[in-house]
Amino acid sequence: MDDAALRQAVFDNLCRIAPEVVPAELDPATPLRDQVDLDSMDWLNFLVGLHERLGVDIPEADYRRLVTLEDLFAYLRTKTA
Amino acid sequence: MLEFRLPSLGAEMDKGKLLEWKVQPGDVVKKGQVVAVVDTSKSAIDVEIWQEGTVYELALEPLQTVPVGTVMLRLLEAGETPEQATAATRRPSSGQQAAPASAAADTRQRVSPAARKRAAERGVDISRITGTGPKGAITLEDIEKAAAAGKPAPSNRGLEMRKAIGAAMARSKRDIPHYYLATDVPLGRATAWLGARNEGRSVTERLLLAVPLLKAVALALRKYPEFNGFFQNGAFVPGAGIHVGVAISLRQGGLIAPALRDVDALPLDELMRALTDLVARARALTLRSSEMSDATVTVTNLGDQGVEIVHGVIYPPQVALVGFGRPTQRPWIEEGRVVAAPVVTATLAADHRSSDGHRGALFLAEITRLLQAPELLDADRPPSAREAPDG
Repeated sequence: MDDAALRQAVFDNLCRIAPEVVPAELDPATPLRDQVDLDSMDWLNFLVGLHERLGVDIPEADYRRLVTLEDLFAYLRTKTA
Repeated sequence: MLEFRLPSLGAEMDKGKLLEWKVQPGDVVKKGQVVAVVDTSKSAIDVEIWQEGTVYELALEPLQTVPVGTVMLRLLEAGETPEQATAATRRPSSGQQAAPASAAADTRQRVSPAARKRAAERGVDISRITGTGPKGAITLEDIEKAAAAGKPAPSNRGLEMRKAIGAAMARSKRDIPHYYLATDVPLGRATAWLGARNEGRSVTERLLLAVPLLKAVALALRKYPEFNGFFQNGAFVPGAGIHVGVAISLRQGGLIAPALRDVDALPLDELMRALTDLVARARALTLRSSEMSDATVTVTNLGDQGVEIVHGVIYPPQVALVGFGRPTQRPWIEEGRVVAAPVVTATLAADHRSSDGHRGALFLAEITRLLQAPELLDADRPPSAREAPDG
């Protein structure tokens, strides 16, 4: 999967949960859950959405590595490579 | 002939607007079936019926706004024929039942089917229109004027919901002599158990910490039933089941606390599914009437993004609200040594008319105790059953 498609999948999934989000306004280096108000249920739904769209099942132990959008893209790149 | 009236779907609801019928005359309806979608200040609600029969007539038109208690539809009971039903409604002896119906008929507006259709298309509430046609009939022109005059939809919802929350909370603060308790609950065992359980499970099968928290509250309520129920007509009325209202914040602002039924009896996986479904439908504003009116207690769980302590305001006529703040790593003393442990502050806001702080403290202590043996929360029987001698 190319990078643009991966980003698109992440943003589509994020906007499904948080419709008010404008992807272009997000800072990729700031913790995502500080920028977008995602509670535990939103976060889980976000991961379920990634699982459905990208086939990536993220273990709970990896959550701590997924703080910013940059982290998330890097993580997903290796998992979908 | 049975009458089905608009139910009250929460402490602050005094009227509702019919959006859509889900049944037609002649349909056979069963208990729990959704018969209509009604807009309240908080949400569009799927209204369920708790009677059985065949729909005889629909007494309201879509987009009519009516007070709680207004007859929505009439049902034929099993074996009853339409002829008998017509006779029954005309009989003077059934005057009690007929009165609200005729009152509703008096206020029924004169609207042609064409105008009604146009109103539905334009999203106009015809009950707010004064007709300019013959005998006050609402004309197509009236509909168009109203449609052009204002767009009442989404921004209004926020304002209406704020008013509704304000009204319910003002009633709570005015009528309920609250007392407040708090205790720190170590979560080391619960989080370790949860981590082990979620490990190796697909993201679609994981449990959130909210699930053992809700279950612990429900099981503790079995032992302390004076916190589960309602204060009505000057006395405490115990809840018929343990139906936990879950406070859910809405993205567009506002708050809703629909009920999960019989939480004490649900295995944790089922509770997780029910919670996921409830949160999704609350956010999509598609809740069922029973979920809006059944809660016997409320839990507010701030999760991992909130503050550490929440002091709740009881949702009347309930008598208690349990709050969980954000779990944090804190210094904790275990067997004489200071360790870092995940800890959550649990709070109780309770009604002094039905309980005292001493029992409240025992109730919070029971929640704490239950969370120290998370593996037992999945059992259908409460963990305290262990204490009883076998056989």
